[in-house]
Amino acid sequence: MKIYVSRDMASVALGADDVAKAFADAGCEVIRTGSRGLFSIEPLVEMETADGRIGYGPVGPWDVAAVLDGSHPNRLGAVDQLSFFAGQQRFTFARCGVIDPVSLTDYAAQDGWKGLDAARTMTPQAVVDAVKVSGLRGRGGAGFPTGIKWQTVLDAPTGDKYIVCNADEGDSGTFADRMLMEGDPYCLIEGMAIAAHAVGGTQGYIYIRSEYPFAIYTMRLAIERSAHLIAPFTLEVREGAGAYVCGEETALLDSIEGKRGQVRAKPPLPALKGLFGQPTVINNVLSLAAVPFILAEGAEAYAAVGFGRSRGTMPVQLAGNVRYGGLYEIGFGITLGELVNDIGGGTASGRPVRAVQVGGPLGAYFPPSMFHLPFDYESFAAAGGLIGHAGITVFDDSVDMAHMARFAMEFCAAESCGKCTPCRIGSTRGVEIVDRIMAARPTPPSVMPAKAGISLPEGGAEEKGDPSVRWDDGVLGKALYSRSPARIDTSIDAQTTLLRNLCDTMKYGSLCALGGFTPYPVLSALDYFPEDFGASPSPNFAPLKEAAE
Amino acid sequence: MEEFIEGWTARHGATRDQLLPLLHAVQEEAGYVQDAVVPVIARALNLSRADVHGVVTFYHDFRRTPAGRHVVKLCRAESCQARGGAAIEAAAAQRLGVAMGETRGDGAVSLEPVYCLGLCAVGPNALVDGRPMARIDAAALDRIAAEVAA
Ligand SMILES: Cc1cc2nc3c(=O)[nH]c(=O)nc-3n(C[C@H](O)[C@H](O)[C@H](O)COP(=O)(O)O)c2cc1C
Ligand code: SF4
Ligand code: FES
Repeated sequence: MKIYVSRDMASVALGADDVAKAFADAGCEVIRTGSRGLFSIEPLVEMETADGRIGYGPVGPWDVAAVLDGSHPNRLGAVDQLSFFAGQQRFTFARCGVIDPVSLTDYAAQDGWKGLDAARTMTPQAVVDAVKVSGLRGRGGAGFPTGIKWQTVLDAPTGDKYIVCNADEGDSGTFADRMLMEGDPYCLIEGMAIAAHAVGGTQGYIYIRSEYPFAIYTMRLAIERSAHLIAPFTLEVREGAGAYVCGEETALLDSIEGKRGQVRAKPPLPALKGLFGQPTVINNVLSLAAVPFILAEGAEAYAAVGFGRSRGTMPVQLAGNVRYGGLYEIGFGITLGELVNDIGGGTASGRPVRAVQVGGPLGAYFPPSMFHLPFDYESFAAAGGLIGHAGITVFDDSVDMAHMARFAMEFCAAESCGKCTPCRIGSTRGVEIVDRIMAARPTPPSVMPAKAGISLPEGGAEEKGDPSVRWDDGVLGKALYSRSPARIDTSIDAQTTLLRNLCDTMKYGSLCALGGFTPYPVLSALDYFPEDFGASPSPNFAPLKEAAE
Repeated sequence: MEEFIEGWTARHGATRDQLLPLLHAVQEEAGYVQDAVVPVIARALNLSRADVHGVVTFYHDFRRTPAGRHVVKLCRAESCQARGGAAIEAAAAQRLGVAMGETRGDGAVSLEPVYCLGLCAVGPNALVDGRPMARIDAAALDRIAAEVAA
């Protein structure tokens, strides 16, 4: 009996290893796959039958007998017929969850290497043209046209050229890069090999964050097994070291070079002077993994799907307090409300949705009144937000938006590379200001305990190990309160004005989007949820018009 | 440690871009990057001590003091917060007897913040000695505490 069980990190976190072992112990042939991408049915097992693969989930190791005799109540039938999957357009994730991720036979049997084979019959310029025609834009956040980036590298004088894959995926609410690397690593390798053919690249690096041990392991194994298929192009995995800012492309290049991950001023563009000063293609995992489909099925087939200037599909990630969380690949243009309510099924807690954050820690918070927004780079920018890496984090009505605004500033302070003052210092001042607002507001609407105003714990040995002491009460905590509040107008109005001014300074005075976009979650929280900041809700509030880059 | 570093650079090369891989290897071998090893690394890669020190201190992953025997990395990022992460963070500190970001006095456990593990639909999440755990609740904290005590 053939049984398929996911080895994706999320599935394993939910107990898939124990399930796989139980079926193996019962004498089944267990094949480990990537995840299908719907976590409410995980751990999921699929049984090979005369009628195709039949899914059961969620199941535990104690369910083996009931699954094998077909009596288990969580019988799902054919998994790809479930409504969550039937509505998707899986261009990039077609194989994820279906095949053994590191089997070259499986990959080749499911249209693997077709794109690379096609590319090799074409001139580099023709490959770059195909990527341009597809309309593919960078999936790492900024949405820059991939074909134009490749053209710059192709046109650069020859020499060593590098292909770098940005697999730092630090945004909360995103996991598509991780799922692809764990579930279909050859797809990324094929995309990078096509990029190498297109621009004349000789060596590639995949920079994976250290928080993704499964992806690092799987990619290394897949690189080893497929080396002969992509030669003379070579690939290497580099492991990050826990710095969010290393997702920024120039910081990432410095990190590969063995330096502190600090953002470089542009120009020069990485396309001209990138890794080790050489012309470099740097793209997100999803950008590179979209390329095999474009070469295999044709640029027009990819471009036929989408909305406005956003062509093709986006692997959207539904996260946080959502009932049917997971990965949903669909053409651009689907509305935010359809994603959150129809596909995501609303909150997991069953309470009303109050806010969603789109695009990770630098993305805006939107209330349900904005659910008409189509998922598209331009629409979100016009509404004062961004789609980023397409993570959607859902919050129910117990969320305290002042607390979330504070967290955005706190995160920026913790992760700032330190190069510019508005980001390095401003973020710390921002935490202070939100704390003052929270201390001054009438009835905190939230259930989350706010940090107590300005009281500092006494330093000293007994402080160690006391669970009532928060992790940021150390040096940072002291620095936060170094300015005496007695000297400042701490009224809510004054502090809110100060917070807006600070956001302005950060927005226009920062070198990169960490300092520059942290104002988005803060200002959107202030604008859409003023009651959490002690102000009365303004009925005729119009959202910010500022475009996000 | 000197021997280890020599052997490592012999296998992987001693160019500057090997600094992060080498620091990861040292930490894996010794549990942390002790200050005494910084000059050794600097010599091996032909860098200044200040340079290596700057890199070690920039990245959150590298520790300059030993961790506890068990390491619990608890996610503090937004998607886990949306699923009750703040309450679990407080409960974890209570249950394990150690504040976030600290190692317990008896050296049994370190509780560390992590910002997203890419398991954002099934939080609150943690890595317990490198093992991913999802949907952490009071019962899961009890199991973790028992593991730490064993
Ligand atoms: C603070 C910060 C973090 C970023 N993190 C990532 C990341 O984790 N992954 C990613 O692909 N791009 C990230 N980016 C965007 C990259 O700088 C860059 O735009 C991207 O790698 C380009 O690839 P693409 O054109 O394929 O999107 C980040 C940018 C900033 C400012
Ligand atoms: S905005 Fe912040 S992270 Fe970006 S370069 Fe400036 S200091 Fe570094
Ligand atoms: S936010 Fe906790 S795993 Fe992503």
